[in-house]
Amino acid sequence: MAAVQLKDVRKSYTADLQVIHGVSMDIRDGEFIVILGPSGCGKSTLLRMVAGLETITAGEIAIGGRVVNNLEPKDRDIAMVFQNYALYPHMTVFDNMAYGLRIRGFSAAEISSRVNKAAEILELKKFLDRKPRALSGGQRQRVAMGRAIVREPQVFLFDEPLSNLDAKLRVTMRGELAALHRRLGTTSLFVTHDQVEAMTLAQRMIVMNAGRAEQIGAPLEVYARPASVFVAGFIGSPPMNLIPRDGRLLGIRPEHLEPCAVSEAMLSIEVDLIEPLGADTLVYGHEETPGGKAADIASMARIAARLPGEAAAKPGKLSLRYRREHVHWFDPASGKRIDA
Amino acid sequence: MVENRPWLTVFSHVVLLAGVAAVAFPLYVTFVASTLSLQEVMQVPMSLVPGDHLVENYSQVLGAGTHSGSKAAVSQMLINSTVMALAIPLGKIVISIIASFAIVYFRFPLRMFFFWMIFVTLMLPVEVRIIPTLQVITDLKLNNTYAGLTIPLIASATATFLFRQFFMTVPDELAEAARVDGASPMRFFWDVLMPLSKTTMAALFVIQFIYGWNQYLWPLLVATDESMYTAVIGIKRMIVGSDAANEWNLIMATAILAMLPPAIVVVLMQKWFVKGLVETEK
Repeated sequence: MAAVQLKDVRKSYTADLQVIHGVSMDIRDGEFIVILGPSGCGKSTLLRMVAGLETITAGEIAIGGRVVNNLEPKDRDIAMVFQNYALYPHMTVFDNMAYGLRIRGFSAAEISSRVNKAAEILELKKFLDRKPRALSGGQRQRVAMGRAIVREPQVFLFDEPLSNLDAKLRVTMRGELAALHRRLGTTSLFVTHDQVEAMTLAQRMIVMNAGRAEQIGAPLEVYARPASVFVAGFIGSPPMNLIPRDGRLLGIRPEHLEPCAVSEAMLSIEVDLIEPLGADTLVYGHEETPGGKAADIASMARIAARLPGEAAAKPGKLSLRYRREHVHWFDPASGKRIDA
Repeated sequence: MVENRPWLTVFSHVVLLAGVAAVAFPLYVTFVASTLSLQEVMQVPMSLVPGDHLVENYSQVLGAGTHSGSKAAVSQMLINSTVMALAIPLGKIVISIIASFAIVYFRFPLRMFFFWMIFVTLMLPVEVRIIPTLQVITDLKLNNTYAGLTIPLIASATATFLFRQFFMTVPDELAEAARVDGASPMRFFWDVLMPLSKTTMAALFVIQFIYGWNQYLWPLLVATDESMYTAVIGIKRMIVGSDAANEWNLIMATAILAMLPPAIVVVLMQKWFVKGLVETEK
């Protein structure tokens, strides 16, 4: 296990095509870090730079205090789990897990004990003689993790490992992954575009946008105090409402809006979509322009509110109020948070 | 089909049987001729019932060729043909798989240029470049050697192209996983790519074995010595002059012998690559 430092890490393919614009972060030993962002934000590239599969244009990556910029992946003491698992199709589950150890010259006894231990943890004992194609998606996923575990590396790197699984299995595997990390305590970097995975797995997360780290912090901290309009809009479902007010952007989470009498209204919306989910009801609408002018609908802020499940929402006007402490302010030009 | 149209069934079977007859009848005639004595073959019309000279005719050609035409033993020709038909596919597979590995997995200057160079040679079959190639082989004093027979036919764009196409379908992550696992490029090639290419290799082997076995023009020029004749050339050398001067029963026996090995290879290997095609390894 080891700490990982990223110091102003940059990646460009050509002079004008820069994909990572300087990411810095200190990852503590044993920490579970999730790199979260939309597709094309550079999160996988960043992970692959840590793995050594992409070169580092500028900056420095250190694993366990050792700068690894110019080391081959095999010399970095990392193990990686790929999105499509990348299992060797012609090898049995046992051989898939043992391959890396064989290359490193471990003894047959050591290999067999490590593979059996990993198979035990991952409940793969029955499948050791099978080929990957005879396994289900979830089992393949476990073999891919087993291949990483047997190496006992300093750092685990996960590149969207759950995105090829169906929704139910994804939830199960998410739990298993968290349990595995508790058990092994290995420093882990986990790339995903799924905010639920990020919120539930991460001890800290990096929210990335267009090659920049928009915010680094614990999941609830990021949720409670998003550092930018991007983070506010990316995390939370439905995302935070952003309403133009006096040249600034007012941010308010849907669950912080509550229906009220017209006289108390801080916000009044014209409801156009209601989604009853059982536990709660999502109400979407457009803000009513005071003075009743027919402003074009596109320029009006779209507003979502999460109301209790029993609330009988109906189309038409809805008055909403919120508490001052739940309000976030952002600068519309820079997109940054304004702290009052 | 669920349709029940008896006349259509009858018609399609008639067409199929006619097709089978068109292919099988000449083979049958060849076989019958190879079991007759010279006098019986020369009768008009020739008998369509196998005669009793099978062992005699076959041992004659295997041991000492024909009486009046070429005296070269067919057994030596079959050995020569086998060497040629094995060396060509094996050589092609070894060279092409390594070339494709380089082209697909390594970034080197002029990579695409080399790929296109190889690709362009697809347009140049042996026959087109036969005179300069013969000159080269003669200058190297490789006439009447196995090297002379096989090397010019080993250079192949087809196989390189086939392996390249196959390697392109292997997910990049597999190479990356091997890299993280600590495998060197050659180790990845040996441990991962080679086993995955088994089916492609089997298919290529069958195609190229038959290609090598059936070579006619090139051995005709290079193998001028009797001891280097291939089976296909042997047949040609046995036919010496007018129709009546040829021992057709012996020539037909040689033809049957020349036909058997490719047929055996196809029958045996077909199981392999059908199995391979059904169980995709990816």
